[in-house]
Amino acid sequence: MAKEPLMDFEEAIERFEVVIGLEVHVELNTKSKMFCGCANVFGNEPNTNVCPICLGLPGALPAVNKKAVESSIAIGLALGCEIAPNGRFARKNYFYPDLAKNFQTSQYDEPIAFEGKLDVEISDGQVFEVLIERAHMEEDAGKLTHVGGATGRIQGAEYSLVDFNRAGVPLVEIVTKPVFGAGANAPELAGAYVRNIRDIVKAMDVSDAKMERGNVRCDANVSLRPKGQEKLGTRTETKNVNSIRSVENAVRYEIQRQAHILAGGGSITQETRHWHEDRGYTSAGRPKSDADDYRYFPEPDLVPVQPANSWIEEIRESLPENPQQRRKRLGNDWGFSELEFRDVVNGDLLDLVEATVAAGTTPQAARKWWTGELSRQANAMELSTSELAIAPDQVATIQKLIDAGDLTDRMAREVVAGVIAGEGTPEQVIEKRGLKVVTDEGALIAAIDEALKQQPDVLEKIREGKVQAAGAVIGAVMKAMGGQVDAARVRELILERAGS
Amino acid sequence: MSELITKSACELAGLIESKEISSVEATEAFFDRSESLNHLTLSYLHLNRESALAAAQAADSDLAAGKRHSALHGVPIAVKDNLTTTDAPTTAGSKILEGWVPQYDSTVVKRIRAAGLPILGKTNMDEFAMGSSTEYSAYGPSRNPWDLDRIPGGSGGGSSSAVSGHLAPLAVGSDTGGSIRFPAAVTGSVGAKPTYGAVSRYGLIALASSLDQVGPVTNTVLDAALLQDVIAGYDPHDSTSLPDSLGSMAEAVKTAQFKGLKVGVVKQLSSDGFQAGVKKCFDDTIAKLTAEGVEVVEVDCPSFEYSVAAYYLILPAEASSNLARFDSVRFGLRVAPEGNPTIERVMAATREAGFGPEVKRRIILGTYALSSGYYDAYYGSAQKVRTLIQQDLEKAFSQVDVLLTPTAPTTAFKIGEKVNDPLAMYLNDIATIPANLAGIPGMSVPNGLAEEDGLPSGVQILAPAREDARMYQVASLIEALYVAQWGAPLIAQAPGLEANRG
Repeated sequence: MAKEPLMDFEEAIERFEVVIGLEVHVELNTKSKMFCGCANVFGNEPNTNVCPICLGLPGALPAVNKKAVESSIAIGLALGCEIAPNGRFARKNYFYPDLAKNFQTSQYDEPIAFEGKLDVEISDGQVFEVLIERAHMEEDAGKLTHVGGATGRIQGAEYSLVDFNRAGVPLVEIVTKPVFGAGANAPELAGAYVRNIRDIVKAMDVSDAKMERGNVRCDANVSLRPKGQEKLGTRTETKNVNSIRSVENAVRYEIQRQAHILAGGGSITQETRHWHEDRGYTSAGRPKSDADDYRYFPEPDLVPVQPANSWIEEIRESLPENPQQRRKRLGNDWGFSELEFRDVVNGDLLDLVEATVAAGTTPQAARKWWTGELSRQANAMELSTSELAIAPDQVATIQKLIDAGDLTDRMAREVVAGVIAGEGTPEQVIEKRGLKVVTDEGALIAAIDEALKQQPDVLEKIREGKVQAAGAVIGAVMKAMGGQVDAARVRELILERAGS
Repeated sequence: MSELITKSACELAGLIESKEISSVEATEAFFDRSESLNHLTLSYLHLNRESALAAAQAADSDLAAGKRHSALHGVPIAVKDNLTTTDAPTTAGSKILEGWVPQYDSTVVKRIRAAGLPILGKTNMDEFAMGSSTEYSAYGPSRNPWDLDRIPGGSGGGSSSAVSGHLAPLAVGSDTGGSIRFPAAVTGSVGAKPTYGAVSRYGLIALASSLDQVGPVTNTVLDAALLQDVIAGYDPHDSTSLPDSLGSMAEAVKTAQFKGLKVGVVKQLSSDGFQAGVKKCFDDTIAKLTAEGVEVVEVDCPSFEYSVAAYYLILPAEASSNLARFDSVRFGLRVAPEGNPTIERVMAATREAGFGPEVKRRIILGTYALSSGYYDAYYGSAQKVRTLIQQDLEKAFSQVDVLLTPTAPTTAFKIGEKVNDPLAMYLNDIATIPANLAGIPGMSVPNGLAEEDGLPSGVQILAPAREDARMYQVASLIEALYVAQWGAPLIAQAPGLEANRG
């Protein structure tokens, strides 16, 4: 399979109206799974976080994770949705080896959140109102690994392995209504929408929101219709696109592919499609008709989810500021250039810069630290900046010492390295490494000179090679300085004075 | 016949408590009998001597140390084979689970163990509890101790034949449409289906989740009450379990009285379609109650007419989904088909070989009933009927304290008589199904032998949801009237199994 013939993008937009619809799956970061007590962790040994419930053993029953409900309500509220007073789970029945019970416990006609909207701004400043149809709770399936065969897919594999660690991980699926009128901006809007959702769930800390790990993944529906036609065109659904760039590229590709087919008098097959990141094209998956019959019915093993109004209001009050609005606000407050601000945003440094500014530095100083030295350190250690073992208030402390003239930039970088290396607080590192001596050595040298005056023969003895004679002076200096100096440094300075 | 084996569970518990006998002795007595006679009744699919004796020894030493864990401490019990047990295979009567030893104990089994009751073994049942005779068990039918050519009822015929044949003093069953009460009626024993949610379903291999309920099968009402006290209670693992306690059934039984009792007879379940002898037994019960000054009125439940139809849509719909997990991937049977073994073909071959005909029939029915385009007409309508039945019962219970019906239309029929006529088989549950659809408690108590065949008949007591105590009280009153007449519970009139040995 390879790329299909495409129409030029501008021509496609000229001739057709683009309609997109986006389904974003958000994996929640609850401690345990949706319906059992198993740990919800990524990357453990296969089939170690499993129990009778998520393995679907005979007789096992689900029980709803309250924290997952809370996170789902929070997502619904952040998207301006109504919260259902009586949300019900349903069974979506289909056979697949990664689905332990051969039905997915999901929500169907009574989702927990519905009828919301999200304002999405694209790079030229245009804002699109994306209507949200629903956000519902469901459980993830296990993970299949197909061994043997050329495609890495189930067809043609010699055998397949199932890891049920992911089975029962809580998901929230957010479904938009069809989005009309984006035209040539449709690909960018799709990407920006997904970025918004990612930023929102990350800011709320209801998901780890790492797209590369599949914490946030998007199914992108695209259809075209000749301009002026009322009836919607046949859509395709490109599944599991897991980066913002890929969402943009997949939507753009589908527009061009479908336009070519329609312009040639052909028709679009309603189907799922796979996005091939490496070569940038989609290929046909399975046919999908609206008549796919999952035999949904209300899950009889679970009682309806009936969140109290007071609980919903509590959750609403605890919602963080909308990330897009926050970016706008900070952008205005900080007065960075567009390029500087983009570096901060792209480096995922908003929180860190904001906290550093809050601890008392100027925005520019905070920005320079985090986009410069600290990003370099993080890169070198293969960590994200937020994982570095230095806190924003420590960065602020160091900056204040620079501002006060107590540290040079070079020394400040050393202090940072020391803090990251676990040598203690900035003050402790300065102490241990003797970095603050620029000013303090004045006092120290005075103390040494005073001690040498008291014991005038010492310098002579040292010059004669009796270096141990320094010991008596060191003791006197340490005493005079109240012990707050590095003895090795004192010895060094005494020897310097002796000219050896 | 050892004297121990005909004693009630309550009596055994007393003997064990006073240390006249040990739990080990009681347990061994039932094993000795079961090992020599189980081939006649096929009550047990699996006997668990080693594990039961270890539990009995523990019960004895706990008692010696002054720890009595329940009123039934030390009394051995039989468990239906659809409740998971870590120390015995759990097959639900199906080939697809042959030899499967669960990784976890069902909540009911945990409670039984914690209460100090040794588990004798796992009792036979219709495959996945689909049936009224145990003829659909993949391991062969159980037989009725009153007449070995006849069915012991179903699906819990293993438990009913074990209890009525004195292969166990107590048993737990599960009741989705009558699987505890019908077998109790046709074997002259007592069977109770508690209010939906009173007993945890965690670890009960689901037939129809919204209808299933675990309950006691015993020889006396008090034994059933004592056992319900052991197995009932809130379980966070079962979201549908009732958060608050319904109180002690055994305590309620002690305070039962006829005074002020008002009983309803359901018009729709007292006329046509009942065997004459069964009808006569029922009329006799009503006459006895009237003689005690109980007010008896007829109540109208018009929607009951649709209960069997609604039941046979809801049950297969839920079952078709519940049974989807039997796919060979994680546990149980795996059959490799000829040729290329793709996952779909392995699943299909396994289910083809592992499921019996009744299970397949109901999976197909249920899949159809849930299909888009048919959902509203079938599953949707059935749910509406369910609501109507609940409304009928609410109205009835606003007039009377309990409802009485014959438990079953007939006495035990002959093995083979209805096995090829599913509709006739389904009609056995006509009187018991409404309780499951409405979630209310129902209980069968022996009320005599039908005159035409000399086989046991039962009367069913229905009470409003959560009023299990009231149901047990009325059951104990009716039982007392018959014990006064017969000098002992009906089960004492059963022919000994020993006569059939050989």
